Amino acid sequence: MTTSRFTRRGVLKTGAVAGAGVALPTIFTAGSASAFTNEPKGDTVTFGFNVPQSGPYADEGLDELRAQKLAVEHINGEGDGGMLNTFSSKALDGTGLLGKKVTYVTGDTQTKSDAARASAKSMIEKDGVIMINGGSSSGVAIAVQGLCQEAGIIFMAGLTHSNDTTGKDRKKHGFRHFFNAYMSGAALAPVLAKAYGTDRKAYHLTADYTWGWTQEESIKAATEAVGWQTVKTVRTPVGAGDFSSYLTPVLNSGADVLVLNHYGRDMINSITQAVQFGLRDKVVNGKQFEIVVPLYSELMAEGAGEAIKGVYGSMNWNWQLDNPGTKAFVKSFGEKYGRPPSNSAQTCYVQTLLYADAVARAGSFNPCAVIEALEDFDFDGMGNGPTFYRGADHQCFKDVLVMKGKENPTNQFDILEIVELTPRAQVEYAPDHPMFAGGTLGECNPGD
Amino acid sequence: MDQIILQFINGLDKGSAYALIALGLTLIFGTLGVVNFAHGTLFMLGAFCAVVMQRILTLSAITIDPTQKDFLGRPLEVKTPYVELWFGHDIGQLLIDWAVPLSLLLAIPFMALVGWVMERGIIKHFYKRPHADQILVTFGLAIVIQEIVKQIFGANPIPVPAPKAFSGSLDFGVLLGFDPNVIVYPYWRLVYFLFSSVILAAVFAFLRYTTFGMVVRAGMADRETVGILGINIDKRFTIMFAIAAIVAGVAGAMYAPINSPNYHMGMDFLVLSFVVVVVGGMGSLPGAVLAGYLLGILESFASMNVIKDALPGIDQIIIYLTAIVVLLLRPRGLLGKRGVMED
Repeated sequence: MTTSRFTRRGVLKTGAVAGAGVALPTIFTAGSASAFTNEPKGDTVTFGFNVPQSGPYADEGLDELRAQKLAVEHINGEGDGGMLNTFSSKALDGTGLLGKKVTYVTGDTQTKSDAARASAKSMIEKDGVIMINGGSSSGVAIAVQGLCQEAGIIFMAGLTHSNDTTGKDRKKHGFRHFFNAYMSGAALAPVLAKAYGTDRKAYHLTADYTWGWTQEESIKAATEAVGWQTVKTVRTPVGAGDFSSYLTPVLNSGADVLVLNHYGRDMINSITQAVQFGLRDKVVNGKQFEIVVPLYSELMAEGAGEAIKGVYGSMNWNWQLDNPGTKAFVKSFGEKYGRPPSNSAQTCYVQTLLYADAVARAGSFNPCAVIEALEDFDFDGMGNGPTFYRGADHQCFKDVLVMKGKENPTNQFDILEIVELTPRAQVEYAPDHPMFAGGTLGECNPGD
Repeated sequence: MDQIILQFINGLDKGSAYALIALGLTLIFGTLGVVNFAHGTLFMLGAFCAVVMQRILTLSAITIDPTQKDFLGRPLEVKTPYVELWFGHDIGQLLIDWAVPLSLLLAIPFMALVGWVMERGIIKHFYKRPHADQILVTFGLAIVIQEIVKQIFGANPIPVPAPKAFSGSLDFGVLLGFDPNVIVYPYWRLVYFLFSSVILAAVFAFLRYTTFGMVVRAGMADRETVGILGINIDKRFTIMFAIAAIVAGVAGAMYAPINSPNYHMGMDFLVLSFVVVVVGGMGSLPGAVLAGYLLGILESFASMNVIKDALPGIDQIIIYLTAIVVLLLRPRGLLGKRGVMED
């Protein structure tokens, strides 16, 4: 006969000893097991795509998402490889990233800073993302960039055009491939002076947040440098809808140019309404009244329809560019989604590939190693010609496109034409330029 | 002086949109006692009727033209609208050009149906529930409709131009003895103002001079007594809900050329139209119209540069500031009945 030796006290004692034994290795190795925030442990690594899927910039966000998904496919070796075939760095071989398959989670920023932060926070804490890529809206980008710095995650900004993103709010963990308001001014002003003369009086309507303010400042400075005067600058709330009460004061202000520092749905509404108010038919000071939209996008142009014809603006990239990177990307994107990509899509696609490439070159997901790989990185073949990721402020430098609404479009996507490819040298500036001063990158923060 | 006249016209124009939406809202509150947070969405659905009409009229036959290339270098698919194929180029183009006014033919039956389904399907179950429940269910409904529209039409605004005949601006100043080009106002916005005046007048006439309207007004005053008299007031209230939906819908359809339809436009108007209703007096139809125009005009004047320079940001808060003042001095609203929302 056998008697059971199990007693309550005995079981507890054994359990405690066993528990301590199991816990022991992790207690001693916790530091080295997770050297940095969200270090990927399994056979996958997760990217976070945080874009506006609702709100005034929603359509840009949805196009960004299309491009981000395409980038993940290409990194994992699916599809035709897109720009990986033309990218000057050959570190990515289409087998995932450091032996891991790339997966992604998406979030909706709602074009609001608080919602964007909440969504990014959840991606970092719950989904364990290693990198966040997204925009649009500089307010959102700056908020999420700050959060990523604190958490020790890399932020590859999407469409953000405010000088502050890589100016006074620059961060060690934030990188911007997109151009900025200063560059728009530097590229646009000479073209505007040539087209409309140097004796012009401008009236600005400006979206009332960081991007609008810096764009207004940049365009004002650049146009005043070529001889223009600024009659008035007026701030308008984001998502105003009906801009008529802001447009009526323009009529008799003495201005002969209206600069619309608006984006997305706001820009579509303000330019459409400005045209309805007969602004483009007006003759003021003996000159034809003109409208300028410093930051253009294909999706906005599509939304504005007829109103956009002949209107000047600037862009980071356009699908009509004649270079191998652009062609490869337009082919992949166009065949998958049936439409050419927008410039916000391109910047997100490129940023996702650039991050992956930096990881591959660094041989590590550690943010400090990735930052080092991205800083002062020279590359080509991504659709913008030779490009430089400046280490001092994490801003990319490349040629800027001056665009114009096409007078006689031949098809649905043929709405903008490239007027000039402004060379990189003309839009470069020092990292401590007054419009960008006051910020410091800070230190690399590996987190955990 | 020219600025004042211009902002006054602009205020009337803005006010006409507010008045139209607020009228529908207060009609529903006055008759059914329901606070309908989905009313802005009805306006948005109306605007999308214009989009749908435009899409129907531009439904096209596709032929491949090997001589032209698309953005990927493939032979271009050339689209020719069926209306052009059927009625000839000129008539086809004319129909497409007049898509917005024609969309009223679609908006009226469609919005009546939407209103009927909403009232019979959901809202009638909430008549006896607290206002908070009504707000929650109608707000939820608004979000659902909004997301459905976003799924179908995308998030970007869709341009729906006014007929070419109304695309320019009227030189108002010349008519008033000013220099040319000093006071100009877009034709379509003037059309919208006239259109809303006609709709407002029609609704008032309908309620005032028809037996149906008389019963509804009686029901608004004392629902129980009207019921005791053997009148099926519920059926009439359902019809009133449908009428309110039609008013919001046609207001939205005609507004499409002014503000390109997008899935969110209803929400943009919602809060504003509630303020209009509250300022005018909950349940008061003339109050809603008066407050609509008043707030439209105030908002326009607050946007004048002289005023904004003196009081920065006033243009964005003027409506709410007015609402606070009115509610403090006269809690029932400008033309509100004694006792309504005062308990």
